[in-house]
Amino acid sequence: MRKKDFDVIVVGAGPAGLAAAYVLAKAGVDVIIIERGKFPGAKNVMGGIFYRKPMDDLIPEFYKEAPVERHIIEQRMWFMDDVSHFSMGIRTQKHNSEPYNCFSVLRAQFDKWFSKKVVEAGALLINETVVTEPIVEDGKVVGVRTDRPQGDLYADCVIAADGVQSFLAKSLGLRKKITPDKVALGVKEIISLSEEQVNDRFGVKDVNEGVTIEITGPFLKGMEGMAWIYTNKSSVSIGIGVIIDDLIKHNMNPNDLLESLKSHPSVLPLIEGGETMEYLAHVIPEGGYKSIPKMYTDGFMVAGDAAMLVDSVHREGSNLAVESGKLAARTYLEAKEAGDFSEKTLSRYQDKLEETFVLQDLKYYRNLPELLEEKRYLLTEYPQFLIDAMVEIYTVDGTPKPEKFRKIKDELKNRFGYVGLAKDLYTIWRKLR
Amino acid sequence: MKKLRIEDKLYLVGYNVDHEYSHLGISDPEVCKTCEKKQCTYVCPASVYTWDEKEQKININYDACLECGTCRFACDYITWKYPRGGFGVAYKFG
Repeated sequence: MRKKDFDVIVVGAGPAGLAAAYVLAKAGVDVIIIERGKFPGAKNVMGGIFYRKPMDDLIPEFYKEAPVERHIIEQRMWFMDDVSHFSMGIRTQKHNSEPYNCFSVLRAQFDKWFSKKVVEAGALLINETVVTEPIVEDGKVVGVRTDRPQGDLYADCVIAADGVQSFLAKSLGLRKKITPDKVALGVKEIISLSEEQVNDRFGVKDVNEGVTIEITGPFLKGMEGMAWIYTNKSSVSIGIGVIIDDLIKHNMNPNDLLESLKSHPSVLPLIEGGETMEYLAHVIPEGGYKSIPKMYTDGFMVAGDAAMLVDSVHREGSNLAVESGKLAARTYLEAKEAGDFSEKTLSRYQDKLEETFVLQDLKYYRNLPELLEEKRYLLTEYPQFLIDAMVEIYTVDGTPKPEKFRKIKDELKNRFGYVGLAKDLYTIWRKLR
Repeated sequence: MKKLRIEDKLYLVGYNVDHEYSHLGISDPEVCKTCEKKQCTYVCPASVYTWDEKEQKININYDACLECGTCRFACDYITWKYPRGGFGVAYKFG
């Protein structure tokens, strides 16, 4: 019989790996989770919104004990140029009562808490250890090599939740080279404010209610990206994510971009007087459905960012991570029952993901990355038109309204042409079918 | 509000610096001499890479690295590994 130290090795203690290890430990599986940071969360960064549903299925009412910041009752979307922004959004009391829709979180604290639950459930957590490569025998993944002395570990199955860099999937040849047009760099700051300042500036009544603002439009100078401001209890998370290829082509330094966001007249009053507590950076896999690697092979499955499971349109990622980790674990449980960890059995992982929002959402937007690459102006020129039209409509200057509307109509024609407009609408409709 | 430079911000970040081992490198430093964009010098959010005109090479200040991996996607000649277990950035908030 070949060597076996554990039933399952999970690589990476982010939401995908922790969810997988939690399901396995609860089912009595002998599982180890290996994390390279000093503690789970030390290396983990996201914008800061965590959706409840997949996690709530795993640990019911987790938000009552987990270190969440504020539940979100209002989500705003801004189209912004250098001097204006046009705001849309939804604020609803339906998101202001349990079980809530989503929360702002600080990942270093949240992931640490999640890892405690995983350890309580019976998993073994090893920190400060880097997995350097998979161990492959007879074409099957049978374990991992770590940077510890005598650090080889063997198991029936390895679940790689090792994040966007995903060295394991790469070394097994499961994914294509990731090009800089398929990944974004996100930089962010945590800026401290008092609870009252956050409440007043964002218009909520107490420290439990929170607001999100996503910002896109011509202030990005034609780069594909999104900025955000999220309320924490006594701080805000403010950041910006831009496709790396765009940063390169625009000779753009990400910190300069973040600083110009912070000094924008629409943004500054929200953060004025606050003190920067931390500066963070992380890569976001934004290639969508077509960039997803093969997610399984003999004795091996990939989950979370490592599998490029990020929905950049709806800025969702950690919920896809939790769901995929959970389904990888359930696939393992079925494989264990059958005593077969072959690629064929583990391919059910993919089937399971196809049945959920994870792959259905990503599949729906599968053509979007290409569309935006081809037609970058969709992100600048239409929002600019919208902003200009709103400024025109709201400016009372004695111009008769019919003339204003005619002016807006002429602008639409001048900037896009009716044929161009029809073509763009048709293209969007076709690509999203 | 005062504009913050990257250097100012990096003071706020917790690191456990590995004094013995750099996890970043350049596989063929000759290429840097003819690289027109030298994108590593501006896309890195921690300004890890700087061009040394006198020595005609890229200097790598690896202990400031935030481990985002942007440089790895931005340039094929940058060799990027994780820092050794326990070393590198350790966020307080995340």
